[in-house]
Amino acid sequence: MSEYHYDKDADGIVTITMDAEGKSANTMTLAWLDATFEWLDRLDAEDGLTGVVIASAKKTFFAGGDLDFILNSSQPADAMFDYVERNKAPLRRLEQLKAPVVAAINGAALGGGYEICLACHHRIVVNHKGALTGLPEATLGLLPGAGGIVRLTAKLGLEAALPLLAQGKQLRPTDALAAGLVEAVVDTQDELIPAAKAWIKANPNAHAQPWDKKGFRYPGGDADAPNVRLAAAMAPTMLYSKTRGLMPAPERVIDIAVNSMRMGFDSALRAESRGLVSLLDTPECKAAISTFFFGMQAIKSGRIRPDGPASPVKTVGVLGAGMMGAGIAWAQAYRGINTVLKDVRLEGAERGKAHSAGLADKRIKKGRLTDERKQGLLNLITPTDQDSALDGADLIIEAVFEDIKLKESVIAETFGRLAPDGIYASNTSSLPISVLAGFCPEPERFIGLHFFSPVDRMKIVEIICGDKTSDDTLRKAYDYVAQIGYTPIVVNDSRGFFTSRVFATYLDEGLQLMQDGVSPAAIERAGWLAGMPVGPLAVHDEVSMELTRKAFETHLELDRRLGENSAFGRHNTATQAIGHRMVDLGRRGRKDRAGFYDYHDDGSKTLWRELSQFKGDPLDVPMADAIDRLLYRQAIETLRCLDEGVLNTKTEADIGSIFAIGFPPHTGGALQFVYGKGRDAFVARAAQLAERYGDRFTVPTGGIDKLFNDKAA
Amino acid sequence: MSDAYIFDAIRTPRSKGKRDGTLNEIKPVNLVTTLLDALQSRLDLDTSKVDDMVLGCVSPVKEQGAVLPKVALQKAGWDERVAGAQVNRFCASGLDTVNTAAARVASGWDDLIVAGGFESMSRVPMGSDGGPFSEDPETVLATHFVPQGIGADLIATLEGFTREDVDRVAVQSQQKAAAARDAGWFDNAVVPVRDENGLTVLERDDFIRPDADMATLAGLRPSFEAMGAFGYDAVALAKYPDVERIHHVHTPGNSSGIVDGAALVLVGNGQTGRDLGLEPRARIVSTAVIATEPTIMLSGPGPAARKALDRAGLSAEDMDLIEINEAFSSVVLRLQRELNVPDEKLNVVGGAIAMGHPLGATGACLVSTVVDELARRNARRALICMCVGGGMGIATIIERV
Repeated sequence: MSEYHYDKDADGIVTITMDAEGKSANTMTLAWLDATFEWLDRLDAEDGLTGVVIASAKKTFFAGGDLDFILNSSQPADAMFDYVERNKAPLRRLEQLKAPVVAAINGAALGGGYEICLACHHRIVVNHKGALTGLPEATLGLLPGAGGIVRLTAKLGLEAALPLLAQGKQLRPTDALAAGLVEAVVDTQDELIPAAKAWIKANPNAHAQPWDKKGFRYPGGDADAPNVRLAAAMAPTMLYSKTRGLMPAPERVIDIAVNSMRMGFDSALRAESRGLVSLLDTPECKAAISTFFFGMQAIKSGRIRPDGPASPVKTVGVLGAGMMGAGIAWAQAYRGINTVLKDVRLEGAERGKAHSAGLADKRIKKGRLTDERKQGLLNLITPTDQDSALDGADLIIEAVFEDIKLKESVIAETFGRLAPDGIYASNTSSLPISVLAGFCPEPERFIGLHFFSPVDRMKIVEIICGDKTSDDTLRKAYDYVAQIGYTPIVVNDSRGFFTSRVFATYLDEGLQLMQDGVSPAAIERAGWLAGMPVGPLAVHDEVSMELTRKAFETHLELDRRLGENSAFGRHNTATQAIGHRMVDLGRRGRKDRAGFYDYHDDGSKTLWRELSQFKGDPLDVPMADAIDRLLYRQAIETLRCLDEGVLNTKTEADIGSIFAIGFPPHTGGALQFVYGKGRDAFVARAAQLAERYGDRFTVPTGGIDKLFNDKAA
Repeated sequence: MSDAYIFDAIRTPRSKGKRDGTLNEIKPVNLVTTLLDALQSRLDLDTSKVDDMVLGCVSPVKEQGAVLPKVALQKAGWDERVAGAQVNRFCASGLDTVNTAAARVASGWDDLIVAGGFESMSRVPMGSDGGPFSEDPETVLATHFVPQGIGADLIATLEGFTREDVDRVAVQSQQKAAAARDAGWFDNAVVPVRDENGLTVLERDDFIRPDADMATLAGLRPSFEAMGAFGYDAVALAKYPDVERIHHVHTPGNSSGIVDGAALVLVGNGQTGRDLGLEPRARIVSTAVIATEPTIMLSGPGPAARKALDRAGLSAEDMDLIEINEAFSSVVLRLQRELNVPDEKLNVVGGAIAMGHPLGATGACLVSTVVDELARRNARRALICMCVGGGMGIATIIERV
């Protein structure tokens, strides 16, 4: 077994270099555990031991817990408790060695990796940006169960430790130094081990942790200090106002951190283990690991990208300098891509460019961007009113007004400007890509790139393949999205694709609730309690009811044009009844300063008092039903998309639903939500909702079969 | 069953419960011994006949801790056979001791009990005891804890009480309390606090602000707005989904004052009273405790009052006086609406907004108020009710004899 290397130097310092056999990273596997006990025994038996350096032979220091094991293990609580206790036991031995121990952190030390560092007496990190330290467990529905909560709280004090723990922050070396996660930073890898040894020689007796010394006081105050008591009192409520009681992990983290100060150190370590065990089997934990760890990994690793050479774009033409076009220009320029921003009038194009200047200024104010960088990225944006400026573009994205006739002429006029191997994209949010592709001579080079507003913050793009889009075009589009640092999901053509279709059901269900007699305040609260970022009425005001009405009209027109009956939005009856009526009333939404809300001069808004006119026969809808209706509507529409082949994978549905339309993150996404409930429970609840509230809640059998039988990635 | 009588009900004056309050220099134990001395001497009480003294205190730690009532008895030189204990039922503590004393006397198992309470909020500030209620994260989340002021503002929002409505309650409290004090109506109950030389430290309530008017009150900033924005509003609204937002109308001006003070009530049966030559001043007719929805926390008084009325076979209309502790103005207005109380029967000499709310003692203070006021008015029955932490409510009905 060669999980580690053991080297003793002439000064009596032993360097343990962790080097998991046959793996690219060190993780907390059973092999690691056995190895650690083995080297601890050797250290105990070592004659003339003067110090220990813990190092790594891998690119990263240590990757943390075994998430695959955690996700798939279904052992009973007592077995898991033993597992967690066994895992943390060597760390207690390590910090109680009779010689100083230094963590020589050569790369990322996150989660369990940083917990090893915490059990050392001193931490030195190499200054490169990948060498992150921190305890991100809470973001994966877990908690640091190898002493991380207890030790970080004892090391930094409650007030400093809580945000790091509850938000799972990962810090770069200099930030980690400032926050107290590490004690020293060295510039190069070569300096690391010497620096560790130098510290040992300078501090030969520094082998007791502060918390193991008599008279230990917590930095920033013990448990009964007024500031600490206040922090303990406020932390759970502050958290609740953000997580709405939907995230058990940060709740547990805060509870254990606070209470660790009210008991002995070893008792606190056990309490921490119990807390971790209580999280392991929660749907929130499984959802977070599935979607945010394995799901994101799958997308980032290119599993959905057609094979072929990388083809980075150099110049991209953006047509239409409105909100979307200007946002896309920013996203590209930010990543160093030449951008031709074309509008019918030069002033419009220049206004679009000014958007980037505004975004840059905001970042400069926050210290996140330099003036020099701002100038550099603005230089990359060329505003124009001339089609000729697009000549030779690797990619043209049209983001003109959502009008099919306008798009038809724009596409036809500009397609020829592309470089010979360039591709053409539409940023339409709902028009069929296959239809738009028909407006250019080579539909195989045409694709949908659906950005979301505001583009600078919504870092996801829905890539839509038309029926003739080639794999080559998809690969180029995928690479472009990756190049601008956005997350791609790939879907197939349909009316509204995936995201717009599902989002429309959220808006509609809010209005269905209104028809059923739920008060507008309670509708918004249901959205909040469900975990949606914005209530269905507020967000409808933002997108404007004119837009939702126009979508209906556009699709009716398309149906006529194509001789189809797409039945687009056929379930969205409340949107037609209420939303369309609101447009007639001149209350289109925020842009009118009147919608479901009244918008006041001081920037506040209050629900419009006359919404009661839309109330139908009151159904006495319990809050639990209101919440489920908002979520099930979206999940069922997502299942329909899966059934119809609009969606290719579960992962893309989950990532897309969370990042594009705000489906509650604690569920792990719209399909993981179904998965987490279990097939029978989901179908039964949906049937109940269908019976009470209408057949829009009928689960598409094909979709649920695909989800549970095909094990879609 | 014996009848449970009130033989006397006394209190200290109340003063601002901060460092600059007049009673700040008085130790909590001495607030109690002041009253023990007075009770013994004004009744010429044979203290050996007292079974027990149980006093309320909401922060029974540090210099209010370690069963202060028993220690105070010893210090005051009462007979060493008198036992002592301290209880905490939040703001109801003082009234709870009266109610349980009445129950023990009525049961026949005890003859004579001193009830009451004390709180030096200037020396042992509210919250000094901590506790999972507000300081254990797991419990706070599991119970949807919010501070009481948020609940008070939520009640105002639900009931439609405006800032003007709640400020008006405060102005009236101040005016009524000032008039009653100046007319000497509190003089029977209030025992001046003196130092070891016999020098008077405080003779009468000095917390009352007779000059408070709508204009000055309107200038005060809402006390719970920042706290609400911090997250507590979100917690409360999760339970009250039909409320769009909480209107934060309560200020230091229309909420109960933080003060120092103590109060004692001597409760016993008729036979013991006759043996000791004590004059019964009132009979305790019925009592009740109850708990209601804990997040809004302050809606207990109405249900508690109804429970006590039902047990006595009486209705609100049978009451000549109704005292609702002025924890917050909205609590007063809500109780008035719930029981349909005419203004002239409600908090007739002002309340805790004007005189202050020494948490553990207030219930016993209210007993002294109604005992004296029934006598002064030659009236018959009074109802006392209070809102209590955790959603509890408490009520006591007394009848002049």
